[in-house]
Amino acid sequence: MGVSVVLPRALLPYARGLGTLKIEEPCPTVRDALQATAAQWPAVIDRVLTEQGALRRHVNVFVGDESIAFLDGLDTRVDDGETITIVPAVSGG
Amino acid sequence: MGDVLVLVGTTKGAFVFTSDAARTRWRVDGPHFPGEAVYSLAFDQRAGRTRLLAGVHSNHWGATIRTSDDFGRTWSEAERQAVRFPESSGLSLAQVWQIVPGRAEEPDVVWCGVEPAALFRSDDAGVTWSPVQGLLEHEHRPRWMPGGGGLCLHTIVLDPTNPDRMGIAISTAGFYRTDDGGKSWRARNSGVRAVFLPDQHPEFGQCVHKVTHHLARPERLFLQNHWGLYRSDDWGDSWQDIANGVPSDFGFPIQSHPHEPDTVYAIPLQSDEFRVVPEAKLRVYRTQDAGASWAPLTDGLPQSKAFESVLRDGLAVDSHDPAGVYFGTRSGKLYGSHDAGERWKAIAEALPPICCVKTAVVGTA
Repeated sequence: MGVSVVLPRALLPYARGLGTLKIEEPCPTVRDALQATAAQWPAVIDRVLTEQGALRRHVNVFVGDESIAFLDGLDTRVDDGETITIVPAVSGG
Repeated sequence: MGDVLVLVGTTKGAFVFTSDAARTRWRVDGPHFPGEAVYSLAFDQRAGRTRLLAGVHSNHWGATIRTSDDFGRTWSEAERQAVRFPESSGLSLAQVWQIVPGRAEEPDVVWCGVEPAALFRSDDAGVTWSPVQGLLEHEHRPRWMPGGGGLCLHTIVLDPTNPDRMGIAISTAGFYRTDDGGKSWRARNSGVRAVFLPDQHPEFGQCVHKVTHHLARPERLFLQNHWGLYRSDDWGDSWQDIANGVPSDFGFPIQSHPHEPDTVYAIPLQSDEFRVVPEAKLRVYRTQDAGASWAPLTDGLPQSKAFESVLRDGLAVDSHDPAGVYFGTRSGKLYGSHDAGERWKAIAEALPPICCVKTAVVGTA
């Protein structure tokens, strides 16, 4: 079944306009899911993770309805069929 | 031909101002990249190009360089992150602070300075980039400390006569020079104070804010320090204090005149603690004798209750004769002079906070 990765509007140009990316391969963690996404859509993940693989400071990632900031970060477990949502944080100036 | 571009980067996008050579009436186009901060801009018209380059920072999605070959009507961006640190460095790009087209003899070379402090080189006019390893792996790097703006490489000065020589400045590390095309870099800060350190004359660690030089005398550098105005006549081997007649030697921008090697502009600020123009009078200071004396330029600038400040890249000079001088404030005002600073007018008064101002005369590559 795999997982779904839902993108915010700002990242659609880097995924040929697709709002939801389907990852078919097994992804035990969020990190695995993002790496699998990067294999197909590297430009999307360039904007989500730094060169060192860290989540950018003002980007939030949810598994289901819960932010990974309150779970295990990129090591948060992902179940088959789960939806991962990437959201720009409420920040600015 | 002869039209003038004034490129203005702000915390919320970039604006392109255009005028004919008279520089009395301006058209404005923008904002480009609304909502994103633009700390670096450049115009490259070598090899028949008319390429704008912008260092754009999204609060969410990181920093990138975008280019336009049609004066900003359309912009391109590499799909992958083009300016990126190697994984082995342990570093991640935070901001692009400076973009400088290379020497005329190397029309496809472009340099950029970034945060955390590093120098990148492009050999295809700004499409792909590689870090300069000699600086990336410099032995001083572990002891460089970030200033208020972060650990940024903000200044790049090229020697037009020697392709192996160039200088860069980092806050807070100081001025470094290479004489071998970037393989090795030596700190060149002798005589420059670091008032915030117990040892005020270290080999490196100075908070250099900006360095400028005249292409006809590339070995003579002018430096605005975090406290201190300096000149070097030997490519930075030694520095002399030239704060002769300024109300404060604290400030950020410093810019050479395009035709007069002895003429330099600076905008002093009150102090480290109170970063506004002294006495709340908005004054550009000019030396016409290489720093032996400085005099204020005030005609058309507010001389009371002007609590303004100008960032390190907020001052630019065009190559017309007489030269046009432009500066932008953190309160979003853009001022210009079409007579080398004698008289000033506000070009725009309600922009977002201005991070950088660059200018070019179209058709003068």
